Amino acid sequence: MKGLRIIVLAKQVPDTRNVGKDAMKADGTVNRAVLPAIFNPEDLNALELALRVKDEVPGTTVTILTMGPGRAAEIIREGLYRGADGGILLTDRAFAGSDTLATSYALCQAIKEMGKFDLIVAGRQAIDGDTAQVGPQVAEKLGINQVTYVEAILQVEKSGIKVRRRLDNGVETVKAPLPLLLTVNSSAPDCRSRNAKLLMKYKHARTVSERQNAAEDYLYLYDSRPFLNIHEMTVNEIQSLPDQLGLTGSPTKVKRIENVILQAKDAKRLTAADEGINELMKELIESHVIG
Amino acid sequence: MDNLFVYCEVEDGVVADVSLELLTKGRSLANELKCQLEAVIIGAGLKDIEKQVIPYGADVVHIIDDPRLAPYTTAPHASVLIKLFQEEKPQIALMGATPIGRDLGPRVSSALHSGLTADCTSLEIGDHEDKKAGKTYKNLLYQIRPAFGGNIIAWIINPDCRPQMATVREGVMRKQIINDNYPSKVNHLEVSKYVSDTDFAVQIIERHLEKRKINIKGATIVVSGGYGVGSKENFKLLYELADLLGAEVGASRAAVDAGYADHERQIGQTGITVRPKLYIACGISGQVQHRAGMEESAQIISINTDPDAPINSLADYVITGDISEIIPKMIKYYKQNTK
Repeated sequence: MKGLRIIVLAKQVPDTRNVGKDAMKADGTVNRAVLPAIFNPEDLNALELALRVKDEVPGTTVTILTMGPGRAAEIIREGLYRGADGGILLTDRAFAGSDTLATSYALCQAIKEMGKFDLIVAGRQAIDGDTAQVGPQVAEKLGINQVTYVEAILQVEKSGIKVRRRLDNGVETVKAPLPLLLTVNSSAPDCRSRNAKLLMKYKHARTVSERQNAAEDYLYLYDSRPFLNIHEMTVNEIQSLPDQLGLTGSPTKVKRIENVILQAKDAKRLTAADEGINELMKELIESHVIG
Repeated sequence: MDNLFVYCEVEDGVVADVSLELLTKGRSLANELKCQLEAVIIGAGLKDIEKQVIPYGADVVHIIDDPRLAPYTTAPHASVLIKLFQEEKPQIALMGATPIGRDLGPRVSSALHSGLTADCTSLEIGDHEDKKAGKTYKNLLYQIRPAFGGNIIAWIINPDCRPQMATVREGVMRKQIINDNYPSKVNHLEVSKYVSDTDFAVQIIERHLEKRKINIKGATIVVSGGYGVGSKENFKLLYELADLLGAEVGASRAAVDAGYADHERQIGQTGITVRPKLYIACGISGQVQHRAGMEESAQIISINTDPDAPINSLADYVITGDISEIIPKMIKYYKQNTK
């Protein structure tokens, strides 16, 4: 069968998994600037599934699409190092303040400019928002079927794709025709690591904006090596209605944010000393909490 | 028009707990808003299913019953809700934040261009003033949840778009029967009006569901381990203590992600919510998302090598030290004092 055109939806996110004491400011709030920016973990699982299809079905191409600020180009490079064929950064101030609906609208309009596709693969959810909404919303806007919570692609045929879903209480095997959107769980295989050859090849891949901002000696490369150009799409490159974008296009609004500042309770403090532990167990037993 | 809808999940002829919990919350919100509570049940073999939801105070139960509608697939369920919501124009729609709800909710909200907030830990009714637009909104649904992976609680609203949609995890709300004979109207929907043949392109070939082996939600004592436990091996200590106390073992997301414990034991905003009489946190730092799943425990003991771990501020007892030393002592003195 012919190769598939696969689009991987990915997001650059602050590493929220280990918000330790160093990331906390004196007033008890989180210092987001200190958190490193990473390729959203479940999007890496999605990339791996896409790359496995590429391994299996010759002629398959894998393109990464990400919506974000200029530095999100970093995750496109990361994808190229692992085997993606190209990437597009969708970036514009007009998208600022987008909730999941406005985000999925922008992504959908960008995808419409990218030509015919067979499969879209996205991580189930991003670790900053944790909503798991963008994937299904993009599928709805494109008018294609979706299968979520995917952990493996079992079979790829012209008539469709067979996948295994991992749900809270079990597994399902599902078959669906193309075009299709999948969202992928962290129970799917980890993404392969960077390939040394690809790293050398794509080391200098840059978006136009990145090239303008950097004082680099490699500018001549971008003419002779087109694969080093990371395509940037702004609002001018997509068809869109302004009232569907950004804050205006977001039905959900944040009314208020409260910083959770931890107030210490009057706790009984103990060490590992035997006497303290003995007293504790006695107390709990006497008050019928345990025993 | 303008009522509060709850989408109810069914598995094997039983309406899911999370749906009953949302009906209870929905009933109380509907009372406040002075509107009706309506349940939607989509599936197969649904004879008498309304009997399971009526006692929770549903004024109307919409049922659509067809062999093709179970097990759940996206398109037909979405099609039913989208068409029904376009007809009934609810002001609020709630569903469980389960694999079904998180697949269905965004599909429906995208089609209706309505706002959806996932994993809410609290729902309230309140007003909102948009000073810039000079508009006041009354009786909006405040969708409250921890956000941005950090220590922030966000109040989210959908001022203009309807329905205001929210998903809530199991155990966050409490279910409560109001009246076994609550006066309810049952509305059987005609399948052909709500789904079409093209909705069945995705097919389920095989399904293996495991009945939940453990019941952490109902445990009166929970011994829970975090990233600080250090390994799957070390978790054995927690199992030992739990066995002795008649407790269940839970885990933080960090411990599950690191492979120390199974996902079904995860406690927190993206896991299970528990309210035991005693929660023993071992090597758990206590990020907001974890706290959301256990902060209503009656008593909390925190065992941590870090005297400043965030969870300590929630605890009634803070034991600073290593669990490999402390837990065996707890076991020893428990046995001694219960002879």
